[in-house]
Amino acid sequence: MDGIHDMGGMYGFGKVEAEPDEPVFHEKWEGRAFAMTRAISYTGVWPIDRSRFAQEKLPPEVYLSVSYYKRWELGLEKNLVDLGLVGDDEIRQGHALRPGKALARKLKPADVPGSLTRGSFSRPPQAAALFKPGDRVRTKNLHVETHTRLPRYARNRVGVIEAIRGCHVFPDTVAIGAGEDPQWLYTVLFDGRELWGESSDPTLTVSIEAFEPYLEAA
Amino acid sequence: MAHDHDHHHDDDHQHGSELSEMQLRVRALETVLIEKGYIDPAALDAVIEAYETKVGPHIGAAIVAKAWTDPQFRKALIEDATKAVQSFGVINRVGDHLIAVENTPKQHNMIVCTLCSCYPWEVLGLPPVWYKSAPYRSRAVSEPRGVLADFGVTLPKDTQIRVWDSTAETRFIVLPMRPEGTEGWSADKLAALVTRDSMIGTGLPKSPGEVA
Repeated sequence: MDGIHDMGGMYGFGKVEAEPDEPVFHEKWEGRAFAMTRAISYTGVWPIDRSRFAQEKLPPEVYLSVSYYKRWELGLEKNLVDLGLVGDDEIRQGHALRPGKALARKLKPADVPGSLTRGSFSRPPQAAALFKPGDRVRTKNLHVETHTRLPRYARNRVGVIEAIRGCHVFPDTVAIGAGEDPQWLYTVLFDGRELWGESSDPTLTVSIEAFEPYLEAA
Repeated sequence: MAHDHDHHHDDDHQHGSELSEMQLRVRALETVLIEKGYIDPAALDAVIEAYETKVGPHIGAAIVAKAWTDPQFRKALIEDATKAVQSFGVINRVGDHLIAVENTPKQHNMIVCTLCSCYPWEVLGLPPVWYKSAPYRSRAVSEPRGVLADFGVTLPKDTQIRVWDSTAETRFIVLPMRPEGTEGWSADKLAALVTRDSMIGTGLPKSPGEVA
Protein backbone atom coordinates (compact mmCIF):
# COMPACT_ATOMS: atom_id res chain seq x y z
CA MET A 1 0.00 0.00 0.00
CA ASP A 2 1.15 3.56 -0.66
CA GLY A 3 1.62 4.28 3.02
CA ILE A 4 3.89 6.28 5.28
CA HIS A 5 6.13 3.23 5.79
CA ASP A 6 7.31 3.49 2.17
CA MET A 7 9.96 6.13 2.89
CA GLY A 8 12.63 5.75 0.22
CA GLY A 9 13.51 9.14 -1.30
CA MET A 10 11.33 11.29 0.97
CA TYR A 11 12.65 14.62 2.18
CA GLY A 12 12.32 16.33 5.51
CA PHE A 13 13.20 13.74 8.13
CA GLY A 14 16.53 15.32 8.93
CA LYS A 15 19.89 13.87 9.85
CA VAL A 16 20.59 10.30 10.84
CA GLU A 17 21.36 10.39 14.55
CA ALA A 18 23.32 7.42 15.84
CA GLU A 19 23.33 6.76 19.57
CA PRO A 20 26.72 5.77 20.99
CA ASP A 21 26.74 2.47 22.92
CA GLU A 22 23.08 1.89 22.22
CA PRO A 23 21.48 -0.87 24.32
CA VAL A 24 19.59 -3.68 22.54
CA PHE A 25 16.39 -2.59 24.30
CA HIS A 26 15.94 0.87 25.81
CA GLU A 27 13.16 -0.18 28.17
CA LYS A 28 12.12 -3.53 29.61
CA TRP A 29 8.77 -3.45 27.83
CA GLU A 30 10.52 -3.24 24.45
CA GLY A 31 12.15 -6.61 25.08
CA ARG A 32 8.82 -8.08 26.24
CA ALA A 33 6.95 -6.74 23.18
CA PHE A 34 9.68 -8.04 20.88
CA ALA A 35 9.78 -11.47 22.51
CA MET A 36 5.98 -11.76 22.55
CA THR A 37 5.90 -11.08 18.84
CA ARG A 38 8.54 -13.76 18.30
CA ALA A 39 6.66 -16.23 20.48
CA ILE A 40 3.36 -15.64 18.67
CA SER A 41 5.08 -15.85 15.31
CA TYR A 42 6.53 -19.22 16.42
CA THR A 43 3.01 -20.59 16.83
CA GLY A 44 2.56 -20.14 13.08
CA VAL A 45 -0.73 -18.24 13.34
CA TRP A 46 0.37 -15.66 10.80
CA PRO A 47 3.30 -15.02 8.45
CA ILE A 48 5.78 -12.19 8.88
CA ASP A 49 4.24 -10.14 6.08
CA ARG A 50 0.99 -9.99 8.00
CA SER A 51 2.94 -8.40 10.86
CA ARG A 52 4.45 -5.88 8.46
CA PHE A 53 1.06 -5.10 6.93
CA ALA A 54 -0.49 -4.51 10.38
CA GLN A 55 2.12 -1.83 11.05
CA GLU A 56 1.70 -0.27 7.61
CA LYS A 57 -2.00 0.17 8.33
CA LEU A 58 -1.37 2.24 11.45
CA PRO A 59 -2.47 5.87 10.93
CA PRO A 60 0.51 7.80 9.50
CA GLU A 61 0.68 10.15 12.48
CA VAL A 62 0.86 7.15 14.80
CA TYR A 63 3.44 5.35 12.65
CA LEU A 64 5.72 8.39 12.71
CA SER A 65 5.29 9.40 16.33
CA VAL A 66 5.62 6.18 18.31
CA SER A 67 8.80 4.26 19.02
CA TYR A 68 9.76 1.22 16.97
CA TYR A 69 8.75 -1.44 19.47
CA LYS A 70 5.50 0.33 20.22
CA ARG A 71 4.69 -0.14 16.52
CA TRP A 72 5.43 -3.84 16.98
CA GLU A 73 3.15 -3.98 19.99
CA LEU A 74 0.32 -2.18 18.20
CA GLY A 75 0.69 -4.46 15.19
CA LEU A 76 0.67 -7.53 17.44
CA GLU A 77 -2.51 -6.40 19.19
CA LYS A 78 -4.18 -5.67 15.87
CA ASN A 79 -3.43 -9.08 14.40
CA LEU A 80 -4.40 -10.91 17.59
CA VAL A 81 -7.74 -9.12 17.67
CA ASP A 82 -8.40 -9.33 13.91
CA LEU A 83 -7.82 -13.10 13.95
CA GLY A 84 -10.04 -13.57 16.98
CA LEU A 85 -7.22 -14.88 19.18
CA VAL A 86 -7.71 -12.15 21.78
CA GLY A 87 -10.64 -9.82 22.41
CA ASP A 88 -10.40 -6.04 22.72
CA ASP A 89 -12.19 -6.44 26.04
CA GLU A 90 -9.47 -8.80 27.27
CA ILE A 91 -6.71 -6.36 26.34
CA ARG A 92 -8.58 -3.58 28.18
CA GLN A 93 -9.08 -5.77 31.24
CA GLY A 94 -5.57 -7.17 31.18
CA HIS A 95 -6.95 -10.66 31.71
CA ALA A 96 -8.31 -13.51 29.61
CA LEU A 97 -12.11 -13.59 29.73
CA ARG A 98 -12.46 -16.67 27.53
CA PRO A 99 -10.30 -19.76 26.94
CA GLY A 100 -7.63 -19.49 24.25
CA LYS A 101 -7.84 -21.16 20.87
CA ALA A 102 -5.73 -24.25 20.19
CA LEU A 103 -2.53 -23.24 18.37
CA ALA A 104 -0.17 -25.53 16.49
CA ARG A 105 2.74 -25.05 18.89
CA LYS A 106 4.00 -22.94 21.76
CA LEU A 107 7.50 -21.54 22.22
CA LYS A 108 9.21 -23.14 25.24
CA PRO A 109 12.56 -22.04 26.66
CA ALA A 110 14.25 -25.12 25.23
CA ASP A 111 13.01 -24.21 21.72
CA VAL A 112 14.48 -20.73 21.82
CA PRO A 113 18.02 -21.44 20.46
CA GLY A 114 16.52 -23.25 17.46
CA SER A 115 13.95 -20.50 16.95
CA LEU A 116 16.75 -17.97 16.43
CA THR A 117 17.35 -19.52 13.02
CA ARG A 118 15.19 -17.93 10.38
CA GLY A 119 12.95 -20.22 8.45
CA SER A 120 13.38 -20.58 4.73
CA PHE A 121 11.15 -18.61 2.39
CA SER A 122 12.17 -20.73 -0.62
CA ARG A 123 9.41 -22.70 -2.30
CA PRO A 124 9.24 -24.93 -5.39
CA PRO A 125 8.61 -22.79 -8.48
CA GLN A 126 5.25 -22.81 -10.23
CA ALA A 127 6.85 -22.03 -13.60
CA ALA A 128 10.23 -21.32 -15.14
CA ALA A 129 11.78 -17.93 -14.36
CA LEU A 130 10.83 -15.30 -16.97
CA PHE A 131 14.06 -13.32 -16.65
CA LYS A 132 17.77 -14.03 -16.44
CA PRO A 133 20.74 -11.97 -15.30
CA GLY A 134 21.47 -9.16 -17.75
CA ASP A 135 17.84 -8.75 -18.88
CA ARG A 136 16.43 -5.23 -18.92
CA VAL A 137 13.17 -4.97 -17.03
CA ARG A 138 10.68 -2.25 -16.17
CA THR A 139 9.00 -2.31 -12.78
CA LYS A 140 5.25 -2.07 -13.08
CA ASN A 141 3.38 1.02 -11.98
CA LEU A 142 1.48 -0.80 -9.25
CA HIS A 143 -0.56 0.94 -6.56
CA VAL A 144 -2.18 -1.87 -4.62
CA GLU A 145 -4.13 -0.99 -1.50
CA THR A 146 -2.76 -4.02 0.34
CA HIS A 147 0.76 -5.11 1.31
CA THR A 148 3.46 -5.04 -1.36
CA ARG A 149 7.25 -4.97 -1.35
CA LEU A 150 7.74 -2.86 -4.45
CA PRO A 151 8.69 0.56 -3.09
CA ARG A 152 7.20 3.68 -4.69
CA TYR A 153 10.55 5.16 -5.70
CA ALA A 154 11.28 2.09 -7.83
CA ARG A 155 8.01 1.79 -9.74
CA ASN A 156 7.83 2.29 -13.49
CA ARG A 157 11.63 2.36 -13.68
CA VAL A 158 13.99 0.49 -15.98
CA GLY A 159 16.69 -1.64 -14.41
CA VAL A 160 18.75 -4.73 -15.07
CA ILE A 161 18.37 -8.17 -13.55
CA GLU A 162 21.55 -8.77 -11.61
CA ALA A 163 20.77 -12.08 -9.94
CA ILE A 164 18.02 -14.65 -9.47
CA ARG A 165 17.55 -15.30 -5.77
CA GLY A 166 15.31 -18.34 -6.05
CA CYS A 167 11.58 -18.78 -5.78
CA HIS A 168 10.06 -17.35 -2.60
CA VAL A 169 6.79 -16.94 -0.72
CA PHE A 170 5.02 -13.94 -2.31
CA PRO A 171 4.46 -11.24 0.34
CA ASP A 172 1.60 -9.57 -1.54
CA THR A 173 -0.64 -12.62 -1.23
CA VAL A 174 0.54 -14.22 1.99
CA ALA A 175 0.05 -10.94 3.91
CA ILE A 176 -3.67 -10.97 3.18
CA GLY A 177 -4.26 -14.67 3.72
CA ALA A 178 -4.40 -15.41 -0.01
CA GLY A 179 -1.75 -18.14 0.04
CA GLU A 180 2.01 -18.32 -0.54
CA ASP A 181 1.77 -18.20 -4.35
CA PRO A 182 5.59 -18.62 -4.72
CA GLN A 183 7.29 -16.26 -7.17
CA TRP A 184 10.76 -15.85 -8.59
CA LEU A 185 12.81 -13.24 -6.79
CA TYR A 186 15.42 -11.09 -8.51
CA THR A 187 17.95 -8.46 -7.56
CA VAL A 188 17.19 -5.59 -9.94
CA LEU A 189 19.78 -2.85 -10.29
CA PHE A 190 18.91 0.77 -11.19
CA ASP A 191 21.11 3.68 -12.11
CA GLY A 192 20.68 6.55 -9.65
CA ARG A 193 19.58 8.87 -12.48
CA GLU A 194 16.79 6.50 -13.49
CA LEU A 195 15.39 6.83 -9.96
CA TRP A 196 16.21 10.42 -9.03
CA GLY A 197 16.72 12.23 -12.30
CA GLU A 198 19.63 14.24 -13.61
CA SER A 199 20.51 15.68 -10.23
CA SER A 200 21.28 12.21 -8.87
CA ASP A 201 24.71 11.39 -7.55
CA PRO A 202 26.37 10.01 -10.72
CA THR A 203 28.17 7.31 -8.74
CA LEU A 204 24.94 5.90 -7.28
CA THR A 205 23.29 2.60 -8.13
CA VAL A 206 20.45 1.11 -6.10
CA SER A 207 19.06 -2.39 -6.12
CA ILE A 208 15.79 -3.78 -4.89
CA GLU A 209 14.76 -7.38 -4.40
CA ALA A 210 11.83 -7.69 -6.81
CA PHE A 211 9.32 -10.49 -7.21
CA GLU A 212 8.53 -11.49 -10.77
CA PRO A 213 4.94 -10.11 -10.78
CA TYR A 214 6.47 -6.64 -10.19
CA LEU A 215 8.41 -6.80 -13.47
CA GLU A 216 7.93 -6.71 -17.22
CA ALA A 217 10.48 -6.94 -20.03
CA ALA A 218 11.89 -3.59 -21.16
CA MET B 1 0.78 8.36 38.19
CA ALA B 2 -1.65 10.73 36.54
CA HIS B 3 -1.88 10.56 32.77
CA ASP B 4 0.51 13.00 31.27
CA HIS B 5 0.39 13.41 27.55
CA ASP B 6 3.25 15.84 27.43
CA HIS B 7 5.62 13.40 25.78
CA HIS B 8 5.89 14.60 22.23
CA HIS B 9 9.57 15.40 22.06
CA ASP B 10 11.43 13.86 19.16
CA ASP B 11 14.07 12.24 21.32
CA ASP B 12 11.44 10.60 23.44
CA HIS B 13 9.81 9.06 20.42
CA GLN B 14 12.98 7.22 19.66
CA HIS B 15 13.69 6.14 23.18
CA GLY B 16 10.28 5.45 24.63
CA SER B 17 9.04 7.96 27.15
CA GLU B 18 5.74 6.10 26.71
CA LEU B 19 7.38 4.09 29.48
CA SER B 20 4.67 3.94 32.08
CA GLU B 21 1.82 3.71 29.58
CA MET B 22 3.65 1.11 27.52
CA GLN B 23 4.86 -0.83 30.52
CA LEU B 24 1.25 -1.26 31.60
CA ARG B 25 -0.02 -2.00 28.13
CA VAL B 26 2.63 -4.61 27.39
CA ARG B 27 2.20 -6.22 30.79
CA ALA B 28 -1.56 -6.43 30.22
CA LEU B 29 -1.10 -8.08 26.84
CA GLU B 30 1.48 -10.51 28.21
CA THR B 31 -0.91 -11.51 31.01
CA VAL B 32 -3.72 -12.12 28.52
CA LEU B 33 -1.48 -14.22 26.26
CA ILE B 34 -0.20 -16.31 29.20
CA GLU B 35 -3.71 -16.87 30.51
CA LYS B 36 -4.87 -17.85 27.04
CA GLY B 37 -2.08 -20.43 26.94
CA TYR B 38 -0.40 -18.89 23.88
CA ILE B 39 2.97 -17.98 25.39
CA ASP B 40 5.35 -19.12 28.13
CA PRO B 41 6.93 -16.13 29.93
CA ALA B 42 10.12 -18.12 30.53
CA ALA B 43 10.51 -18.44 26.76
CA LEU B 44 10.22 -14.65 26.47
CA ASP B 45 13.04 -14.32 29.03
CA ALA B 46 15.17 -16.67 26.94
CA VAL B 47 14.48 -14.74 23.71
CA ILE B 48 15.43 -11.44 25.36
CA GLU B 49 18.56 -12.93 26.90
CA ALA B 50 19.63 -14.38 23.54
CA TYR B 51 19.41 -11.02 21.78
CA GLU B 52 20.95 -9.10 24.68
CA THR B 53 23.87 -11.44 25.28
CA LYS B 54 24.43 -13.96 22.49
CA VAL B 55 23.44 -12.71 19.06
CA GLY B 56 25.19 -9.55 17.97
CA PRO B 57 27.69 -7.91 15.63
CA HIS B 58 30.56 -9.94 17.12
CA ILE B 59 29.28 -12.81 14.95
CA GLY B 60 29.50 -10.75 11.78
CA ALA B 61 32.90 -9.43 12.85
CA ALA B 62 34.24 -12.97 13.18
CA ILE B 63 32.92 -13.78 9.70
CA VAL B 64 34.54 -10.70 8.18
CA ALA B 65 37.86 -11.32 9.94
CA LYS B 66 37.83 -14.90 8.72
CA ALA B 67 37.18 -13.69 5.16
CA TRP B 68 40.13 -11.30 5.47
CA THR B 69 42.49 -14.10 6.47
CA ASP B 70 41.18 -17.09 4.54
CA PRO B 71 40.82 -16.58 0.76
CA GLN B 72 38.87 -19.79 0.31
CA PHE B 73 36.36 -18.78 2.94
CA ARG B 74 36.10 -15.34 1.39
CA LYS B 75 35.30 -16.88 -1.97
CA ALA B 76 32.71 -19.22 -0.43
CA LEU B 77 31.17 -16.30 1.48
CA ILE B 78 30.69 -14.22 -1.66
CA GLU B 79 29.34 -17.19 -3.61
CA ASP B 80 26.84 -18.35 -0.97
CA ALA B 81 27.00 -16.63 2.40
CA THR B 82 24.28 -18.78 3.96
CA LYS B 83 26.26 -21.92 3.23
CA ALA B 84 29.66 -20.48 4.07
CA VAL B 85 28.56 -19.10 7.40
CA GLN B 86 26.88 -22.36 8.39
CA SER B 87 30.01 -24.36 7.78
CA PHE B 88 31.87 -21.75 9.81
CA GLY B 89 29.55 -22.68 12.66
CA VAL B 90 29.21 -19.30 14.37
CA ILE B 91 25.82 -20.14 15.83
CA ASN B 92 23.59 -23.21 15.63
CA ARG B 93 22.56 -22.51 12.11
CA VAL B 94 22.11 -19.31 10.20
CA GLY B 95 18.85 -19.04 8.33
CA ASP B 96 18.52 -18.87 4.62
CA HIS B 97 19.09 -16.09 2.13
CA LEU B 98 22.17 -14.36 3.55
CA ILE B 99 24.18 -12.46 0.93
CA ALA B 100 27.63 -10.96 1.51
CA VAL B 101 28.56 -7.95 -0.61
CA GLU B 102 32.18 -6.94 -0.90
CA ASN B 103 33.58 -3.44 -0.75
CA THR B 104 36.42 -2.70 -3.16
CA PRO B 105 38.50 0.40 -3.86
CA LYS B 106 35.98 1.10 -6.65
CA GLN B 107 32.66 0.26 -4.96
CA HIS B 108 31.20 0.90 -1.51
CA ASN B 109 28.09 -1.01 -0.47
CA MET B 110 25.38 0.17 1.90
CA ILE B 111 22.38 -1.77 3.25
CA VAL B 112 18.93 -0.33 4.02
CA CYS B 113 15.34 -1.44 4.35
CA THR B 114 13.22 1.48 3.13
CA LEU B 115 9.91 -0.33 3.80
CA CYS B 116 10.46 -1.59 7.35
CA SER B 117 13.55 -2.78 9.21
CA CYS B 118 14.89 -5.92 7.49
CA TYR B 119 18.36 -6.62 8.84
CA PRO B 120 20.62 -9.69 9.13
CA TRP B 121 19.75 -10.43 12.77
CA GLU B 122 21.63 -13.71 12.89
CA VAL B 123 24.97 -12.13 12.13
CA LEU B 124 24.51 -8.56 13.43
CA GLY B 125 21.87 -8.91 16.17
CA LEU B 126 18.93 -6.53 16.34
CA PRO B 127 19.25 -3.29 14.38
CA PRO B 128 20.06 0.03 16.05
CA VAL B 129 17.35 2.70 16.29
CA TRP B 130 18.87 4.82 13.53
CA TYR B 131 18.67 1.94 11.04
CA LYS B 132 14.90 1.77 11.60
CA SER B 133 14.43 5.54 11.63
CA ALA B 134 12.79 7.71 8.96
CA PRO B 135 15.94 9.76 8.26
CA TYR B 136 17.96 6.67 7.34
CA ARG B 137 15.21 4.84 5.48
CA SER B 138 14.29 7.91 3.43
CA ARG B 139 17.78 9.11 2.51
CA ALA B 140 19.96 6.01 2.16
CA VAL B 141 18.64 5.25 -1.34
CA SER B 142 18.71 8.81 -2.69
CA GLU B 143 21.62 10.54 -0.97
CA PRO B 144 23.88 7.91 0.58
CA ARG B 145 26.85 10.28 0.66
CA GLY B 146 24.84 12.65 2.82
CA VAL B 147 24.02 9.77 5.15
CA LEU B 148 27.68 8.78 5.24
CA ALA B 149 28.52 12.38 6.16
CA ASP B 150 26.14 12.08 9.13
CA PHE B 151 28.36 9.19 10.24
CA GLY B 152 31.52 11.22 9.63
CA VAL B 153 32.50 9.14 6.61
CA THR B 154 33.72 10.71 3.36
CA LEU B 155 34.52 8.52 0.38
CA PRO B 156 36.47 9.50 -2.74
CA LYS B 157 34.26 11.30 -5.29
CA ASP B 158 34.68 8.59 -7.89
CA THR B 159 33.88 5.64 -5.62
CA GLN B 160 30.72 3.95 -6.86
CA ILE B 161 28.04 3.75 -4.16
CA ARG B 162 25.84 0.69 -4.32
CA VAL B 163 22.77 0.70 -2.08
CA TRP B 164 20.94 -2.57 -1.41
CA ASP B 165 17.30 -2.09 -0.44
CA SER B 166 16.25 -5.20 1.53
CA THR B 167 12.76 -5.46 0.06
CA ALA B 168 12.42 -9.26 0.38
CA GLU B 169 13.67 -12.03 2.67
CA THR B 170 17.20 -11.86 1.35
CA ARG B 171 19.53 -10.30 3.95
CA PHE B 172 22.76 -8.50 3.31
CA ILE B 173 26.04 -8.06 5.14
CA VAL B 174 28.82 -5.83 3.84
CA LEU B 175 32.30 -7.30 3.69
CA PRO B 176 34.40 -4.17 4.26
CA MET B 177 37.96 -3.73 3.03
CA ARG B 178 40.72 -4.91 5.33
CA PRO B 179 42.47 -1.90 6.86
CA GLU B 180 46.04 -1.12 5.87
CA GLY B 181 48.76 -1.92 8.36
CA THR B 182 47.24 -5.19 9.55
CA GLU B 183 49.56 -7.58 7.72
CA GLY B 184 50.12 -10.75 9.70
CA TRP B 185 47.27 -10.07 12.15
CA SER B 186 45.26 -13.04 13.36
CA ALA B 187 41.54 -13.30 12.64
CA ASP B 188 40.82 -12.71 16.34
CA LYS B 189 42.83 -9.52 16.37
CA LEU B 190 41.28 -8.33 13.11
CA ALA B 191 37.74 -8.94 14.40
CA ALA B 192 38.25 -6.10 16.90
CA LEU B 193 38.52 -3.70 13.94
CA VAL B 194 35.20 -4.73 12.41
CA THR B 195 32.44 -2.39 13.57
CA ARG B 196 28.74 -3.05 13.20
CA ASP B 197 28.39 0.01 10.99
CA SER B 198 31.15 -1.21 8.67
CA MET B 199 29.02 -4.30 8.00
CA ILE B 200 25.96 -2.13 7.22
CA GLY B 201 28.03 0.19 5.06
CA THR B 202 27.56 3.38 7.08
CA GLY B 203 31.04 3.09 8.54
CA LEU B 204 34.51 1.79 7.85
CA PRO B 205 36.52 -0.66 9.95
CA LYS B 206 38.70 0.84 12.65
CA SER B 207 42.32 1.49 11.81
CA PRO B 208 45.02 -0.43 13.73
CA GLY B 209 45.84 2.73 15.69
CA GLU B 210 42.31 2.91 17.11
CA VAL B 211 42.58 -0.40 18.95
CA ALA B 212 46.21 -0.22 20.00
